[in-house]
Amino acid sequence: MRYRYFPGCTLKGQAKSMEDTTLAAAKAMGIELEELSEWQCCGAVYPLYEDELISLLSPVRTLAAAEGEPLVSLCAACHHVLKRAQELMQRNEDARKKVTDHLEVEYAGEGRVLHFLEVLRDDLGFDKLKEMVKKPLEGKKVAAYYGCLLLRPSKVMQFDDPENPTIMEDMIRALGAEVVKSPYRTECCGAYLSVTEEGVAADTVQRILDSARRAGAEILVTACPLCRYNLENCADNEGKTPIKVYYFSEILAEAMGLPSESAQDRGTKEEVPQG
Amino acid sequence: MPRTGVFICHCGTNIAGTVDIDKTVEASRNFPGVVHADEYRYLCSEMGQDIITKAIKENDLDRVVVGTCSPRMHENTFRKAAAEAGLNPYLLEVANIREHCSWVHKDMEEATPKAIALLRAAAAKAALNEALEAPRLDVEKRALVIGGGIAGIQAALDIAEAGYEVDIVEKDPSIGGRMAQLEKTFPTLDCSACILTPKMVEAAQHPNINLLTYSEVDEVKGFVGQFDVKIRQKARYVDPVKCTGCGICWEKCPSKAPSEFEMGLSKRKSIYVPFAQAVPMVPVIDRDSCLYFRKGRCQICEKECPPQAIDYEQQDEIIERRYGAIVVATGFDQLDPTIYGEYGYGQHPDILTGLEFERIFNASGPTGGKVVKLSDGKPPKKVVFIQCIGSRDKARGMNYCSKICCMYTAKQAILLKEKVPDAKSYVFYIDVRTGGKGYEEFQRRAAEEHDVAYMRGQVGKIFPEDDHLVVRGIDSLTNRNIEIKADMVVLAAATVARGDAPELGRLVGINSDSYHFFNEAHPKLKPVETHTAGIFIAGACQAPKDIPETVSQASAAAVKAIGLLSKEKLQGEACTAEVIQSDCSGCLNCEAICPYTAITPVEIEERYKDGVLKRTVAEVNPALCQGCGSCAVTCRSGSINLKGFSNDQIMAEVDAICLQR
Repeated sequence: MRYRYFPGCTLKGQAKSMEDTTLAAAKAMGIELEELSEWQCCGAVYPLYEDELISLLSPVRTLAAAEGEPLVSLCAACHHVLKRAQELMQRNEDARKKVTDHLEVEYAGEGRVLHFLEVLRDDLGFDKLKEMVKKPLEGKKVAAYYGCLLLRPSKVMQFDDPENPTIMEDMIRALGAEVVKSPYRTECCGAYLSVTEEGVAADTVQRILDSARRAGAEILVTACPLCRYNLENCADNEGKTPIKVYYFSEILAEAMGLPSESAQDRGTKEEVPQG
Repeated sequence: MPRTGVFICHCGTNIAGTVDIDKTVEASRNFPGVVHADEYRYLCSEMGQDIITKAIKENDLDRVVVGTCSPRMHENTFRKAAAEAGLNPYLLEVANIREHCSWVHKDMEEATPKAIALLRAAAAKAALNEALEAPRLDVEKRALVIGGGIAGIQAALDIAEAGYEVDIVEKDPSIGGRMAQLEKTFPTLDCSACILTPKMVEAAQHPNINLLTYSEVDEVKGFVGQFDVKIRQKARYVDPVKCTGCGICWEKCPSKAPSEFEMGLSKRKSIYVPFAQAVPMVPVIDRDSCLYFRKGRCQICEKECPPQAIDYEQQDEIIERRYGAIVVATGFDQLDPTIYGEYGYGQHPDILTGLEFERIFNASGPTGGKVVKLSDGKPPKKVVFIQCIGSRDKARGMNYCSKICCMYTAKQAILLKEKVPDAKSYVFYIDVRTGGKGYEEFQRRAAEEHDVAYMRGQVGKIFPEDDHLVVRGIDSLTNRNIEIKADMVVLAAATVARGDAPELGRLVGINSDSYHFFNEAHPKLKPVETHTAGIFIAGACQAPKDIPETVSQASAAAVKAIGLLSKEKLQGEACTAEVIQSDCSGCLNCEAICPYTAITPVEIEERYKDGVLKRTVAEVNPALCQGCGSCAVTCRSGSINLKGFSNDQIMAEVDAICLQR
């Protein structure tokens, strides 16, 4: 299995661990992720106005660079923008012409745009993943936190049922951990309000964490760097049961017997070769 | 050469405002065959008709062209006027210079030549018109009512009272329909069963009414006055003559299945009557859950039945009967809200639909009339009602308003307060719609006297947490997020057409809208008629409606059916298709396309060289033919002539418009 791979800027900095663990796990599973050369920003935010084409230049350039091959990303925000930009290019010929004319590119961006979780589910299969697990995460109570970017708008993202998604729970189960479900798993994390309206973000994050706690979760996994940032930084956890937030790829790597922060936190440090 | 008269109507300013009448009259005088032309302000008035009648007699006219509104409006009026003067009515032709001309143009310079062209075409066609006779058809003096809910019962009672025989076909084991499932009725709060059951009994006992419960319509053939219907009476496995309705069988029956009548909230036995007041009080055996039918053992009902009415060998029975008129009254379903994942319906026992909550109130319902939560049997203290689940939802549901939900929600909130005095109700609504006598007052009473909090807004998510349901929504008037820790949530799920409505529509030959509600022939002026003569509709199968409206519509449909049945003979369609059999190749494409099954193959003999050749050709039954013309355009050899619309006539119209420009 070979895919073009778009990391996006966050994965080279803040969310480096998501990239490292994914690439290591992918390699162990025989999934080849070939990083696009000279890639640029994904566009960061999908425009709210259909005619705001300037924001599409970046994602369309990225889609064109994939040359029609399946394109995988990890960051929920990158995947969201790429997938929606692709949908607009397919649906709106006028927009497509304007953007590609401006970029002076031959657009062959009709290949599949995938999140790595979709690769695991649709191309590899969770049954196969289960067989590949070396160190099942037995006894761990893991809750999935989806946020909104992967799921909505559901007709475009085609990722999972926006109200009752199962993809991350299915992965957690395949890794041998115990699935814990919290009703807030598809709620918004507050997004950029953590910068402008701290109170609002603090409130939403607090609900998400407290709900996961009540459901009995020890670990919360996400695929979104911004969600993780907010979950880790916006809530007041003074005196409450600790709850760890990881990228989905970290527990994936851990279960594959590979180095990951989640493995270290679990006190299995001695088994993990440093580096 | 014909002697044609042209009459042009001003229709007040409807036509005269955009069409120059004087010019049009002058131009008409020069059409081939026209010997007389006149105009009048309102041609459809008595005076206007007189002008036509007199002119026919005085000028010895043998063709008439009227330039007026659409023939759908007044063709019959003018045909009668022509007939008054002794002219065959089919020699009159209507040029539609209102809907097709004056109403769609603003400029008199443009509209006037177009009106003249349309009139010229009509005159050219009229010249080729032939005198036609409409066939006279028999009427079977019996009506069929499909559906035994309140609409069907009311229609049947009215028809029966007028002295005609009626059969009610009901697919369930008992008549009663949706109304039987309701607790109380708005806005008077009288008990639904108390006002319905007397009508059910009356229907069962009426000498002119024949109940065919647990039966379905299999086939409808024929036409107005003579519908030939096949009805499948499903095997009950109980002999209705022997059965006394004692109830021992369902008491002793060991196997269970979810009760349809209780919306699946409780179980019924495998041999059952749907509810305590069922009519007829004769049970049926549900084969899918019955131990005997599934595994070949048990037979307890047979052993226990005192009059030995159980008969496992019973077969479906086909009843073939002819009816003069049919009333379709098949009612509605409730949308399954599981398509809206955010409301969590189906994932928690205390998230109910409106119809399910109705059963919770009912003394014979799943909780014995105690208003309690199904999860723990405790009375709910906080109940959230959410309106428009699937209604008024362009994106994911139905565009229309389900009409009854605002009122039944107010009713349920009032009933809740009466049964659980310390309960608090919240209603999320888009708009509160209370059109109807006493309706607004009723809803205000709920809000003002029964402590019901109405909040304009929508709910985005419902999920269980601890021992309650968290309802998160928005109040769009204050723009605030609202979170309610509720004990119970009631979803006003949309009123939708029955799942089998499209199939029944096809079977009976009536059409429906995009939501599968049956279409009336005219939204204002023919609300219970359909486009198929002799078939009428009543109740919620036409559109969402409440009980008073359903009952009035049922009585209206009954009156229409009675009017039909009271006629000795019916006038059929004169403009029917005929096959020119010498030209027909017998391909029978026309048979396949005919929507009225009016075309059948016949074998004819023709002299050929020295012998006789037998071959198959098509034949039209003029009694069935509705003159739609589909066969005429399908016919490859052009050997089907639609009387009144022959190829020659159509070509003459086209030529008159194209060649004279």
